[in-house]
Amino acid sequence: MEEQDKILHEVTSQEYKFGFVSDFESESIPKGLNEDVIRVISAKKNEPEFMLQFRLDAYRKWLEMPMPDWAYLKIPPIDFQDIIYYSAPKTKPQYESLDEVDPDLIETFNKLGIPLEEQKVLAGVAVDAVIDSVSVKTTFKETLAEKGIIFCSFSEAVQEHPDLIKKYLGMAVPTSDNFFAALNSAVFSDGSFCYIPKGVRCPMELSTYFRINAAGTGQFERTLIVAEDESYVSYLEGCTAPMRDENQLHAAVVEIIALDRAEVKYSTVQNWYPGNKEGKGGVYNFVTKRGICRGVSSKISWTQVETGSAITWKYPSCILMGDNSVGEFNSVAVTNNHQQADTGTKMVHIGKNTKSTIISKGISAGVSNNAYRGLVKVLPGAVNSRNFSQCDSLLLGSTCGAHTFPYIEVGNKSSVVEHEATTSKIGEDQIFYCNQRGISTEDAIGMIVNGYAKEVLNKLPMEFAVEAQKLLAISLEGSVG
Amino acid sequence: MLTIKNLRVAIEGKEILKGINLEIKAGEVHAIMGPNGSGKSTLGNVLAGKEEYEILDGEVIYEGQDLLDLSAEDRARMGVFLGFQYPVEIPGVPMVNFIKTSVNEMRKFKGLEPLTAGEFLKLMREKKELVHLDSQLTNRSVNEGFSGGEKKKNEIFQMAMLEPKLAILDETDSGLDIDALRIVSDGVNALKHPERSTIVITHYQRLLDYIVPDFVHVLYQGQIVKSAGKELALELEEKGYDWLKNHSL
Ligand SMILES: Nc1ncnc2c1ncn2[C@@H]1O[C@H](COP(=O)(O)OP(=O)(O)OP(=O)(O)O)[C@@H](O)[C@H]1O
Ligand SMILES: [Mg+2]
Repeated sequence: MEEQDKILHEVTSQEYKFGFVSDFESESIPKGLNEDVIRVISAKKNEPEFMLQFRLDAYRKWLEMPMPDWAYLKIPPIDFQDIIYYSAPKTKPQYESLDEVDPDLIETFNKLGIPLEEQKVLAGVAVDAVIDSVSVKTTFKETLAEKGIIFCSFSEAVQEHPDLIKKYLGMAVPTSDNFFAALNSAVFSDGSFCYIPKGVRCPMELSTYFRINAAGTGQFERTLIVAEDESYVSYLEGCTAPMRDENQLHAAVVEIIALDRAEVKYSTVQNWYPGNKEGKGGVYNFVTKRGICRGVSSKISWTQVETGSAITWKYPSCILMGDNSVGEFNSVAVTNNHQQADTGTKMVHIGKNTKSTIISKGISAGVSNNAYRGLVKVLPGAVNSRNFSQCDSLLLGSTCGAHTFPYIEVGNKSSVVEHEATTSKIGEDQIFYCNQRGISTEDAIGMIVNGYAKEVLNKLPMEFAVEAQKLLAISLEGSVG
Repeated sequence: MLTIKNLRVAIEGKEILKGINLEIKAGEVHAIMGPNGSGKSTLGNVLAGKEEYEILDGEVIYEGQDLLDLSAEDRARMGVFLGFQYPVEIPGVPMVNFIKTSVNEMRKFKGLEPLTAGEFLKLMREKKELVHLDSQLTNRSVNEGFSGGEKKKNEIFQMAMLEPKLAILDETDSGLDIDALRIVSDGVNALKHPERSTIVITHYQRLLDYIVPDFVHVLYQGQIVKSAGKELALELEEKGYDWLKNHSL
């Protein structure tokens, strides 16, 4: 038991490694939220009337909604009037090459281990970097444009493709969906838009790196991905945030629409600042992610590696409308120190012969709490549907918690829903075995955890998987000395 | 190489080793026999640095150093190897990655560069052949779903990869078929070296036909009650431990 305590201490005494603040200037509007603020945001962004109406409608609905309290989370009260809802870098840069980009920004990316230039050359990844709330840089747009693919900041899409935005915005996540989605809909400042035309396979992984920067700035990203018939895209989202003392609210919305036989893979590595060892600071991550398989035989898969944030509230979901459509959710969620996560998915089977798979791997350490919450709902018309769920929890030490809340509703007799769950502890015997082969306890934990999460990590695109593996080890690493 | 003096060890308040004395010189092979529960695995675990034990008294000197002061991983890096009686499974970690990490940790400790991919693969091929390890096995997760015999072979394979100075083999022979027993023994013998010593824990005299010990010790209720040459094993097989109980206590 002494060994348990030692390991516990080691893994819980780990400080966040990506903490830093860069100081390029931002322009903000005053704190607080009311209809005027929303009008200012919309005006600053030069939005068409339908966008303003979308925002106001969402705001009015939000006012009527209580904050959700059903998650297995202790959420400190949030003063929504104490948040700045808009901030933008002072000059909207339009760079031709990286040389023109604020060196501070480049430095920041370097610290994150994401050298833009290298990524462009080596991985062929088009990078749409979101700093604070305004897109600073987009690459590879031309290559994509040749295929008719639109990949740009959300603001740009509103200006240049208002018809598409009008048609699809809010289709998967309506403004009234939930408290945080409504808030996002009212105040979101920017994000990404991606449109893959009929029959096109996107030739590269599309990627967005999100970061929170300006102090006290709420972050409300909006991502919309539309995949037309027979198209394919793999989209990567990764983020790590600078160290902060005060809590930061992050309420993003991601919507995916897949039409007939389209396939969208959405992968996330989330490493927002989790707060310090004592549980001070850290990002509140309240995200709404939902995809609609609207078309027949369409497929949406969510893969996520969640290691950061003080509080995570996130349920990437699939609405399987089209017959024979497929939904997937693959998740690794790590909580350490005082982190709390309540994450999972919803798979709603509407079409016939629809199929969904859920693989959730929770890892808890320190005094953290990690909950899986999943809903599998098969409607009466969704005959011959299938779901398989596997929810595993791994505990490091005895002061953390793992919780599983599977909800299953099956509305017809021809569908089959299977649920498996396991809870295990990293064994002293496993660690001793590694030690006996000269491997330190810290490395052993990294190794064992990565082995445990492998099934999910394997679903990530190659370059992301490597990053995610490092992240897992780092977020559980101790200060063995 | 190894000197154990009056080693007394308890677990959960219960004294298991009650004053062990043992002297092992470089190049020697020592066999430890004894009935179930007498403390053989405990001795191996304590030497390898497993933490849950309480050292009540005594000392262990390995290569001039106080072994009990060192962490388990440092003992391993200094050449102490334990072939486990029950090797654990580590799901999702390929054996090849595991042993590569292990080999390179040992090298790092000695101030050597990690092996290149080519060097490593060559070494691995060589050592797999030595113990006739199925070549697919190293692609699977560490010990996961390995048969009893495969697990034991895998321990010897790792020993061959790491070339320890002091190898403690805890019932490496149990669960092996006759051919495997010979192969494993050949593997152990192939690593014999005037600078290396081996402690073989076993219940069966048969193994000692292959791995010929310089000394045989009988551990009984936490004490070494008899030490002699290899003929002791034969005598034990004939007469059982009862003979010793009556004889020496
Ligand atoms: N964690 C533990 N808690 C309590 N007792 C233990 C623990 N580990 C070992 N023991 C006890 O210590 C004694 C010695 O065990 P050990 O495994 O060393 O025996 P052994 O000689 O290797 O036996 P075998 O021949 O069966 O492998 C046994 O009585 C065992 O039950
Ligand atoms: Mg034993």
